[in-house]
Amino acid sequence: MKPAYCRVRELPLTGLQKLMRNGSFALQTGNLTLRIKSDFADVARSIHALYADHPYYIDPDFSDFHVEIREPQNLRRWFKRQAEFLIDGDRPFEPLPRNQAPAFLEWGLNWSIAASCQQWLTIHAASLERNGLAVILPAPPGSGKSTLCAALALRGWRLLSDELTLIDPTTTLARALARPINLKNESIDLIRNFDSSSVWAPEIYDTAKGRVTHLRPPTDAVMRMQEPAEPRWIVFPRYVAGASPVLTPRGKADTFVHLAQNAFNYSPLGTLGFDAAGRLISQCTCYDFTYSKLDDALEAFDWISSTGESAHP
Amino acid sequence: MNPGTLKFTGPDLIQAIKFPEQLGDIGLRRWDSLLRVAKRANLVGRLAEGIHRVGSFNDLPQQTKPHLESARVLTSHQREAMEWESRHISKALCSIDAPIVLLKGAAYALTDRSAAKGRLFGDVDILVPRDEINKTEAALMMHGWASGHHDSYDERYYRRWMHEIPPMTHRARGTVIDVHHNILPLTTSSAPSAELLLAASQPIPNSVFSTLCPADMVIHSATHLFHESELQNGLRDLFDLDALMTEFSSQSTDFWVQLEDRAALLGLAAPLYLALRYTAGILGTKIPDRTRIALEKKAAFGQSSLRILDSIYLRALMPDHPLCANTSASLARAAVFVRGHYLRMPVGLLTMHLGRKFFLRLFRNTSR
Repeated sequence: MKPAYCRVRELPLTGLQKLMRNGSFALQTGNLTLRIKSDFADVARSIHALYADHPYYIDPDFSDFHVEIREPQNLRRWFKRQAEFLIDGDRPFEPLPRNQAPAFLEWGLNWSIAASCQQWLTIHAASLERNGLAVILPAPPGSGKSTLCAALALRGWRLLSDELTLIDPTTTLARALARPINLKNESIDLIRNFDSSSVWAPEIYDTAKGRVTHLRPPTDAVMRMQEPAEPRWIVFPRYVAGASPVLTPRGKADTFVHLAQNAFNYSPLGTLGFDAAGRLISQCTCYDFTYSKLDDALEAFDWISSTGESAHP
Repeated sequence: MNPGTLKFTGPDLIQAIKFPEQLGDIGLRRWDSLLRVAKRANLVGRLAEGIHRVGSFNDLPQQTKPHLESARVLTSHQREAMEWESRHISKALCSIDAPIVLLKGAAYALTDRSAAKGRLFGDVDILVPRDEINKTEAALMMHGWASGHHDSYDERYYRRWMHEIPPMTHRARGTVIDVHHNILPLTTSSAPSAELLLAASQPIPNSVFSTLCPADMVIHSATHLFHESELQNGLRDLFDLDALMTEFSSQSTDFWVQLEDRAALLGLAAPLYLALRYTAGILGTKIPDRTRIALEKKAAFGQSSLRILDSIYLRALMPDHPLCANTSASLARAAVFVRGHYLRMPVGLLTMHLGRKFFLRLFRNTSR
């Protein structure tokens, strides 16, 4: 049977560029439809590479977000080229240098989802699934969360989301977004060497985060992005150079506080947010995990996965 | 015309908010535009409230529901946060022996006005007697509020010319309070006597706060809107005015007479007249002819001025969204910018101030 939509990889790059220029291109990621307009060739190239497996639509009736990346309409463009991010005519950020446009789009989309989707408890964390059960990796920047997330996503765990873990507050199921993984500096080389078949957007230099790029989510993660998963573990990773892998149980009260602080909308959701976070914590086993080698980490996560049993059999 | 290609614009959003029961089955494509324009105008919350009031939420297309529900989550959270913040402020200011008047959103929320339903709130604005400004600022500082980083230009701009001190941010909660001693800048020729506003203010039961009296509340909202130089929330503010006038006139038969008298006393008939003109003209607010005619006379705009004001405000009060955009809307917004600044300060001062802003924007990467 022919599916009701096409995937971005079936579209030639020039066709994608044309659709993006006239503003009729929309992408589906998780259950969100994102309409993306841009004249920039590098933005189209980046989408073509990163979202190859995602369904796209031409001029759909309804989109959840309408965003645009373009050159600011001011005098500065004559002496310094910039890119600005617009969502429905609003500019939530100051412009960035022109070469950062492709990454700017990803960051802008993260912000848009985190700021306006109150249907989920949205946690600043990565999440991945195996055998129907999900592991959540909350972590402050620099802890190696995205690096570990990329490695797991390339080795048997299904990527739900790298940046935003979306928890349905009534069922506490984790929803998938299946968007590209943002990596920076040495992590890029580490993951490139780890899996030479991985697909990347071009690298961007001199951003506020240093050298950055995005990794295409594995095909399986995109094909199954409508499948939610039941959170079963919360693991706080910490990369320490030269350390041997150590997995230590972590207190639930402390994990609760951390999760609440790292949820973008814990407070707006009120009682519902408190209850959802509480149920989420009680159904998960919580660990701290220190590591230095990805292979050690994969082994530890294999073990974690083997301890999994659904809390609601 | 093929209804599938119709785009929802400003007037359609107004219809949907005023008469949610008539919304009916408009199709997904029109919902898409309606929600986009409503988001831009900060009016999704009010739209969602109306839809829930008439009980049609369950019949809506599935895709629209998370957007309307998210808006309701945010507006009810902001309402709670506003009430919570006011409790902190009242604790900090309990030693001030003078009326502390909540303005705008905070006042609507704490007195449970219909204008507060589905509304997003910004900072808390309070009005205190000018003699109490220093004491108020000190009391807030004692309880964790501090002025942000301002250079000496900003500091002087506020202290010398404005009707408020620089905004103060709470160091733990990040919330902002604006302390005013008048409702218009001191440089405005029509700045009213703040004593009159304070003298007529009404205490909120079981609270250290007061609000302006109903007529003054409307006059303040009108004055604020028609002295603004940017109308990002213009339509939202117009809906506030509509809700306030409809509520007050249904509660008290002499509301319209008071409105007329207070506007004359405060010397603010002109902005109030514009508010009556555009709430009636754009939102269909019911205003007695007598009041409208009396204020038209007091406001004393010439016919040609009114034609120009109409051509500006009928466009600039529409949402600033690409779907409603055209050249005349951009020109109208530019005119509002000039008018707002012109009303705020004398031309010489204005030239200096805007010149400085322009050069900063050109050479430093700042949108201040």
